[in-house]
Amino acid sequence: MKLPVYLGLLHEAERILARSFRVVADGHGDEPDVHVILGTLAGQCDRHVEALEPVIARFGSEVEGEEEHRVTADGVEEVRTGALGLLLDLQDLYVLVHHLDVMWTMVGQAAAGGRDRELLDVVARCEPDADLQSRWLQTRMKQAAPQALLVAA
Amino acid sequence: MVDRIADIWGTRTPYARGERWPVRVDQTLAPGVAEGDVDRWVQSACVLCSNGCGCDIAVKDGRMVGIRGRQADIVNHGRLGPKGLFGSWQGVDTGDRLTRPLIRVDGELVETDWDTAMNRIVERSRHLLDTKGPLSHGFYTTGQLFLEEYYALGIIGKAGVGTPHMDGNTRLCTATAATAMKESFGSDGQPGSYVDIDECDAMFLFGHNMAETQTVLWMRVLDRLAGPNPPRLVCVDPRETPVARAAEVHLAVRPGTNLALMNGLIRELFVNGWIDDAYIAAHTVDVDRLRDTVERWTPEAVAETCGVGADDVRRAAEIFGTSERVLSTVLQGFYQSAQATASSCQVNNLHLLRGMLGKEGSGILQMNGQPTAQNNRECGADGDLPGFRNWENPQHVQELADLWDVDPDTIPHWAPPTHVMQIFRYVELGSIEFLWISATNPAVSMPQLERIRRILDTDGLFLVVQDLYLTETARYADVVLPCAAWGEKTGTFTNVNRTVHLSDKAVEPPGEARSDLDVFLDYSRRMDFRTRSGAPLLDWAGPEDGFRAWQECTRGRPCDYTGISYERLRGGSGIPWPCNDANPDGTVRLYGDGVFPTDPDYCESYGHDLLTGAATGPVLYRATVQPGKAWLKSEDYRPPHEEPSEEYPLRYTTGRTVYQFHTRTKTGRSRALNRAAPGAWVEVSPADAEQLGIVEGDVVAVRSRRGHLEVPVRVGDIRVGTVFAPFHYGYWDDGGSEVSASAHHAANELTMTEWDPVSKQPVFKNAAVRIEKVRDCAGPSPAPTTAASRPACAGHRTAGRATGPGGGPGAVPATVGGQEGEASERFPDTAPPRVASSEERP
Repeated sequence: MKLPVYLGLLHEAERILARSFRVVADGHGDEPDVHVILGTLAGQCDRHVEALEPVIARFGSEVEGEEEHRVTADGVEEVRTGALGLLLDLQDLYVLVHHLDVMWTMVGQAAAGGRDRELLDVVARCEPDADLQSRWLQTRMKQAAPQALLVAA
Repeated sequence: MVDRIADIWGTRTPYARGERWPVRVDQTLAPGVAEGDVDRWVQSACVLCSNGCGCDIAVKDGRMVGIRGRQADIVNHGRLGPKGLFGSWQGVDTGDRLTRPLIRVDGELVETDWDTAMNRIVERSRHLLDTKGPLSHGFYTTGQLFLEEYYALGIIGKAGVGTPHMDGNTRLCTATAATAMKESFGSDGQPGSYVDIDECDAMFLFGHNMAETQTVLWMRVLDRLAGPNPPRLVCVDPRETPVARAAEVHLAVRPGTNLALMNGLIRELFVNGWIDDAYIAAHTVDVDRLRDTVERWTPEAVAETCGVGADDVRRAAEIFGTSERVLSTVLQGFYQSAQATASSCQVNNLHLLRGMLGKEGSGILQMNGQPTAQNNRECGADGDLPGFRNWENPQHVQELADLWDVDPDTIPHWAPPTHVMQIFRYVELGSIEFLWISATNPAVSMPQLERIRRILDTDGLFLVVQDLYLTETARYADVVLPCAAWGEKTGTFTNVNRTVHLSDKAVEPPGEARSDLDVFLDYSRRMDFRTRSGAPLLDWAGPEDGFRAWQECTRGRPCDYTGISYERLRGGSGIPWPCNDANPDGTVRLYGDGVFPTDPDYCESYGHDLLTGAATGPVLYRATVQPGKAWLKSEDYRPPHEEPSEEYPLRYTTGRTVYQFHTRTKTGRSRALNRAAPGAWVEVSPADAEQLGIVEGDVVAVRSRRGHLEVPVRVGDIRVGTVFAPFHYGYWDDGGSEVSASAHHAANELTMTEWDPVSKQPVFKNAAVRIEKVRDCAGPSPAPTTAASRPACAGHRTAGRATGPGGGPGAVPATVGGQEGEASERFPDTAPPRVASSEERP
C-alpha cells in the first residue's frame, strides 16, 4: 500500500507551498495585492495540512527516502526583484500549486477506489482551493506579463 | 430666506407613502442681483455630488450670477443642497482659475500658448509610443467630466493609443458599486430609483451618510419621515450621523467588519423564513452556497465581531424581513472598507432572497460619489469597455472595432484594465513614463500621500494635468492645461439612478481655458490617430457629435441611450436610461421581470472569486451560468489586515462633511461653504478623549505606520476606539506649495495602500493609529456642528478641566451661514413631476 507515500508527500507539499506563499508575500510587500492575497492563500494551505492530519494518523505517512517530489521539494526560498522577478516568483508558485492540485486529484482517486468517506471528504474540502489559487495566480500574472516583458526596466 | 448653511435640508414638505414628493424651488442669486436683473436662465444639473439635481444657471452680462432648482425635474423636484446653492458658480467664478497653459521650464511652471503646450505633449507621447509602445502611457481621469468627454478619452485610450492603463478616480468612490452589480446581476446598471423613497416601508442605509453626501435625496427621506406612515430606517455607520439619529436601529459597527454584519442579516432571513423560495428558484443561482457561508453568523457572533448588540441585529433583520417594501442604499462605508465587494453583494443578496427588486418601493441604490461617475463607468474611462461590454468576450471587442473602424487587436483585451493603484505602481517602477491626469487631485485623494507625492515626482515621468486650478497635483506637472468648468461648456451626464441630464454652456470660460472635450479632440488630431479606412479617429465637431456617437455605442446594450437626444433633454426633466424604442420614455427600475443580464453573450463580466479576485473566465462561467438568473455571490468574513495594536490602539476611518466636496477645489473657494468647514479636524469619542486627556479643540498628532496629522480634535458622537478624519483638506490654500513636515493635515497621510481584491477600490476606512496631544486648545475645532461632526451630546469633564457641551472650554459655536448662507425657497402650487416613464401610474 503506497497511499501513505502520497499522503506524506501531499502533507509536505502543502507545508512547502504555505511557506513559499509567505516568502513571496513578504518579499513583494510593495505589491499590496500580492502581499495580502498570498497571505490568505498560505492560510488555506495551513488548513489543508490540518485536514490531512487525522487521515495520516490512520494511514501513516512515508516520505523518508522517497524522491517522487524532487522537482518541487524546496519550494520558493527567496524572491527576485523587479517586475520580471515578480512574474517569475508567481510562476514558481503556479508550478507548486499545480503539483499539489494533481496530487489531490490522485489522492481523491485512491479515496474513491478505497471507498474512504473521510478521505473523500478531505479532498472535497481542499482540492477546490488549489483551483482557486491557480486561477488567482493566472489572473495576476496575465495582468503583469505584458508590462514586465515589454516595457519594464 | 432660509440660512441653508445652518439649516442644511431646508423646510419640510411632508408627504405620505405613494404620494409624489412635493415641489420646493430653491434659489440663490449673487449679492446685489435681483431676479429681474437676470438676462437668461440656462439649463443644467448640479455637479457637486452624485445626486444629479436639475437646475438652471442665472446669467447676467456674460457671468453666472445664480442657480435655482428645476421644479420639473424628477430627481430634485426643485430643490438644491448647500453645495449646489453656494459652491456651483461661486466655486468656479473665482480670481485664481488657470487661464493659460503652463509648461515646465528649468524646473518652474511658466505660462505658454496652447500650441506649445500641446506640441510638447504630442512630442513626448509620440516618442514613447515609437520607442516603448502603448504600455508606456497611462491616463487617470475623474468622476466630474461629461459623458462626451469620457467617451472621447475612452476611444483615444483604446483605439488611438491602445493602452489598458486608464482609470478614473471613480476607482476611489464608486468602483465597488459597479463591481457588486456586475458580480450579482452580470452587468453594471442601477436596479432602483429615487422614486422608491416615495413608495417604501423601510430603508436601509449601509455605510451611507446620505444626509451629508446627497443632501437633496435626504430631504426626500426627511419629508417621508415627517409625513404619515413614514418608512422605518436602519443605519449602518460607526458614527452617529444625522442618518443614525433618524434611524430606528443604528448599527455602529467596528470599521472593517461590515461583511460579518451582512452575513448575520442574511442568516436571519434564512432562519426566520423571510425569503421567497419561488423567486430564489426562478431567478437566482447558488443559494446553498450562500446559506453555508452565513451559517456561523448568529446574532451573537455578529455582536462579538462587529461590536453591536445582538438584539439590534435581530431587529434590523426583522425590519428587512417583514416590511412589505424595502429600499437599500450603499455608499463609501461599504465601498471603501474591507471586503467591499463581498459586503455590497450581500446587500444585493438581501433583496434577491426576498424577490424585492424592480418593484415599487423595493429596490437597491448602489450609490455613486460623484456627479458623472456613472458615465465614466459607461464610457470606459475607468478602463472597462464602453457600453458595459465584456473585455473577455471577443464578440464585444469586435463590435467596438466595427463601430470605431479599427483593428480589434488595437483594443486592449488581454487582461482587465489597469486600475489606478496599479497604474501608480507602474509609474513608481518606471514602466509608465507618460501619465495624463484630468480633473482629479491624487496628491490629496489617494491613500498614503507621502508615497503618492513621491510617485508624482518620479524622475523621467512626463506628467500632464488638466484642471480648473493649480491643484496640489498640478504642481508636479510638466504641462498644465487650463480647462472649462461646469457652466462654461456643454455636455450630458447621468446620475445614480440612471437619469441623464444636459448641461448647456452658460458663459465663456476664463482666459484661454478650453473644454476637456476640445483638449482630447485636439490631442487625437495632433497624434493623427486614424481609422482603418484612413479617416480621423475622432472627427467630432463638438459635444453633440460625441453624444450621437455614444448613442450608437449603446444600441442594444443595458445602458441604451438611443431614445435620448439633446433636443429631448432640453426643457423638461432628465430621462433615465435605458431609453429606446421599447422604452421611449426611459425606465424607472430595472429587473422587474426577474431577468438579469447574466447571459454569457450579453453580460459585462464573467465574474470573480470574492475572496481573491481570481477571474472566473469564460469557460467556467459558461459551464455554470443559468442565463437570466442572478448570482447569489458570497464570501466569509475575514478580519481587516491592519488591526489595532498596542502601539496603534485606535481604528482610523475617513469620510466627508456636508460643506465640502472632494479636495475642495470648488467648495473651498466658496466663502459660505468654507466658513462652515474651514479646516481639518479629527473626531474622537468622549470616552477616548477622557482617556487621552484631551478636550475639544486640543491639537493632537495622529500617527499611523505611514504618516501623521496634526489637527484639532472634535469630541463627537463616534464609536469608542474609532477616530474619524475628513479627507477634503489638502495643502493648496496653506500659502505654500510645499508640504512641511509639521503641517500635515490631509487624512490620506495615514491611509493604507491596499485595495479590494475584486473592485480594486482602496481601503480608506480602516487603519490603526495612535493619538498624542500636541498642545492645549485655543478654541473649539473647526468641525461643523450641524451634522455628523457635531459635538458629543453630553458634556463631560476631562483631566480636571471644566468642559462645556462638546468638551472644550466654553460652548462650541453653532455653524451658521449668516447672510452668505441665505437662499430662497418657493412652494409653487403645482403637481410634482411624474416619474419619467409611463410604466408607473399610467
